[in-house]
Amino acid sequence: MYSKGLRTLSIATVVTTVAALSLVAFYAPLDADQGFIQKIFYLHVPLAIVALIGFVVGGIYGILHLRTGRREFDARSYVAIHLSVIFGVAVLVTGSIWAKASWGHWWVWDEPTLVSFLIVFLMYATYYPFRYAIEDPERQARYASVFAITAGAFVPLNFMAVRLAQSLVHPRVFAATTGGLPNSMLLTFLVSLLAMALIWTTLVKFELTAKSASGKLSRLRRALDPDDEMPSPAPSIAPRLS
Amino acid sequence: MPALPLDEAGKYVAGAYIVFLTLILIYVDIMAAKLQRIERELGELAEIAEQKRSGEQSESEAEEKAPSHV
Repeated sequence: MYSKGLRTLSIATVVTTVAALSLVAFYAPLDADQGFIQKIFYLHVPLAIVALIGFVVGGIYGILHLRTGRREFDARSYVAIHLSVIFGVAVLVTGSIWAKASWGHWWVWDEPTLVSFLIVFLMYATYYPFRYAIEDPERQARYASVFAITAGAFVPLNFMAVRLAQSLVHPRVFAATTGGLPNSMLLTFLVSLLAMALIWTTLVKFELTAKSASGKLSRLRRALDPDDEMPSPAPSIAPRLS
Repeated sequence: MPALPLDEAGKYVAGAYIVFLTLILIYVDIMAAKLQRIERELGELAEIAEQKRSGEQSESEAEEKAPSHV
């Protein structure tokens, strides 16, 4: 039952998102250096963090799929990666908007944080053609899990590599040694991060519920009308939940 | 670069938030289309189930009406 608790989760998501937007608009002070444009921070950074964690979650489900052989975990892995890729698009677009307003350029190629995120995003963009290239559903699920684990392990390594690369351009607002965010900004950021995580989780649950309902409908159709010649399903990159 | 004035920075901030909102709305729209398809298929299956039930009922009524030759 993927829909269990979905209503409560949806309400919590709406409440937290409204709270986050209210804090961004009315509570968080203007940044002394960047001014109003810094408000993008409360959208862009939580999006990036949730997208990267989502990729790792996809890898964890990949491990569970390989260990147990249950298709359910492949579906969870697929949906986690799928949602994180969508969030990744939002990260790149909002980041470019912020870069244009702050630095005067839509993209800066010598900035490790930007380029490394683009590499991670492009790597996950190959996940879809990779799945589509394999017709046998069992093999597709197995290979996709291996991809999810390998790419998921790359994400924290990539993050650490970027942190080690001392860049002068991209702000380091969570540096432990140099002060970091003031409390009002930190609170706004944490609520925004929670809201983004809840949006991601809610959408994942919606997608899984829809997939599960679709699978159950197919089972019901077969049970009701076993003689009916069902058209063979088109090759799909999305795992089917029966 | 110096901080942008509020009227100019506002456009960028609004743009970023609108991009995110648009992506979410597109996703919700796709989910709504999926839900519509599931609803339509469920309607078709309900019809099949009702046809089967009415077929079985008429068969059992016909059996009851038929004279026994015992």
